[in-house]
Amino acid sequence: MGKYILRRVLLMIPIVLGVATLSFVLMKLAPGDPAAAYLGDKATPEAVAQLRHAWGLDQPMIIQYFQFLGGLFVGDFGRSFIFQTTVLELLKLRMPATLMLMLVSLIFAVVISVPLSLWVAATKSAASAIVSRVFTATVQGMPAFFVGTLLILVLGVNTGLFPVGGYGSSLGEHLYSLVLPGIVVALTICPVLIRSLTAALNDSLSAEYTNFAASKGLSRSKIVRNYAFRNAGITGISILGIQVGHLVGGALVVENVFAIPGVGSLLMEAVLARDYNVVQALTVIFGVLVVLVYLLTDIVYSLVDPRVRLGA
Amino acid sequence: MPILEVDSLTVDIDGEVGRRRILDDVSITLEAGEPMGLVGESGSGKSMTLRSILGMLPPGAEIVEGEIRFRGTNILTSGSRRGYDQRIRGTGISMVFQEPAIALNPVMKVGRQITDAVAEHKGLSKRSAHELAVELMDRVGIADPERRAHSYPFQLSGGMRQRVMIAAALVQEPEVLLCDEPTTALDVTIQAQVLDLFRTMQQERGLGLLYVTHDLAVVAQLCQSISVMKDGRIIEHGVLQSVFDDPTEDHTRKLLTATPRIDDGVFAGTGGDASAGTSEGAR
Ligand SMILES: Nc1ncnc2c1ncn2[C@@H]1O[C@H](COP(=O)(O)OP(=O)(O)OP(=O)(O)O)[C@@H](O)[C@H]1O
Ligand SMILES: [Mg+2]
Repeated sequence: MGKYILRRVLLMIPIVLGVATLSFVLMKLAPGDPAAAYLGDKATPEAVAQLRHAWGLDQPMIIQYFQFLGGLFVGDFGRSFIFQTTVLELLKLRMPATLMLMLVSLIFAVVISVPLSLWVAATKSAASAIVSRVFTATVQGMPAFFVGTLLILVLGVNTGLFPVGGYGSSLGEHLYSLVLPGIVVALTICPVLIRSLTAALNDSLSAEYTNFAASKGLSRSKIVRNYAFRNAGITGISILGIQVGHLVGGALVVENVFAIPGVGSLLMEAVLARDYNVVQALTVIFGVLVVLVYLLTDIVYSLVDPRVRLGA
Repeated sequence: MPILEVDSLTVDIDGEVGRRRILDDVSITLEAGEPMGLVGESGSGKSMTLRSILGMLPPGAEIVEGEIRFRGTNILTSGSRRGYDQRIRGTGISMVFQEPAIALNPVMKVGRQITDAVAEHKGLSKRSAHELAVELMDRVGIADPERRAHSYPFQLSGGMRQRVMIAAALVQEPEVLLCDEPTTALDVTIQAQVLDLFRTMQQERGLGLLYVTHDLAVVAQLCQSISVMKDGRIIEHGVLQSVFDDPTEDHTRKLLTATPRIDDGVFAGTGGDASAGTSEGAR
């Protein structure tokens, strides 16, 4: 197990290098110049050139590339052009809200998907099938920012139950502010989760081991819990892990709708201002994050499934 | 009074090509303690008969006629698939499935799988359930049951898994045991051992046994009577010896001649000491 984890961690090095290179190249290919963007329309060419020199943008591309990579290795992402501080400081400030949003979303996604899938698979009732199908189809057809705006209007503005935006200043306020955005982000991955989990539950409910359990006279509730859910849940873990990648994208968009001061809004501003270092740092960090979550998923999976844990 | 009576059971199933009759007027009478073989070619309805008796027909199947009586009481409470007296399962009638590799929950320890149903019914503590599992595992011939009870199915051999399933089927002391080709998935040498176990258990507990197999040699070793199925019907039934000696149906004769050892070795052994091979029969 230890060896396996080490191998997976080592495997991350080429992945991070790839992501870093890709984000570097893409930023350089994108039109626009950060110095010109920073100084505005009225700046003289001399002033722009001077700033480009100060920011190191006049160096050969290959030097810039290796400086960027070298920085990554020591955890130095450089300075932000527009915020006048190090990228690391910016991240410390903005990252917690985003990670918190992702965590809250993940919890909501599980809390919505698991009972619904169980209801559909265990009862096989027409009502549950209709509810589930309408729900997944509706949610899937609506973009997150639209659902977000809708929830803001209905639950925020009209009833005043939840804050319409912002992040508050204490943990309690944070969580309270994250309820609506959390639901919105969760909804982006719910359709896939519900569908896969329902399918996995149906599979295990028609499996031979479930038949045998029934033939022993075990109650339906015990069969659902200890036979169907135990087996389907293991499949569910890996599906959930894969969906975390989508969660990242959802969170970044939804932050902007709810004015949450996370890295989503930071990324938006940085892209518009061609703030290379910030964009590159965020790309690399999220790349690493997703890969780490996959690794974590595999570890959890192997702990939960005795066939993997004890080596089948 | 017979322990189990299947009376004019008729079952239809909705399939891709429309509604089809898969069991047609099937009647079986099993006396308490009687071991009966149920044979017939593939698709003749043997498995469906067993599944009907446990109220576990596949989706789309419907009992259109007939009764299934356990100790004289109809357990088909309303004739439909849902109307089945589930209290009978495990305690009155239980079943050993064909493939132990897929019939055990892959992520649950086998000890717990043996006793989870009885523990639920009788409200056994974890501890006494475990002790019961160990006792049963010992009874079905699993060495080192204390340790094996904590194994997962994948950690056991095929023969051992089948013994686990037998233990789970017998733990609630049912009076009828249904077996659906319980040795076909096993190695030849293991088949003989498991078959021995069935015979011991049947005799020790006076079990009514309904044993489905393709293998007439197995029937000869284990059973007193035999029913032959074809196309969803019982076409022949009788005491083992008389059916084997003088089958009334051509189809039965064909089945008999398809089994190599019927004529000599096994036959003489119906009374007890059958030692013939167990696996070379027609498949
Ligand atoms: N789930 C199902 N849906 C539709 N038809 C089925 C289903 N299961 C079985 N059948 C049909 O019912 C009939 C009886 O099948 P059954 O499984 O009882 O045969 P069997 O005698 O057990 O055969 P085998 O020796 O191959 O196990 C067959 O014609 C089969 O095609
Ligand atoms: Mg069959």
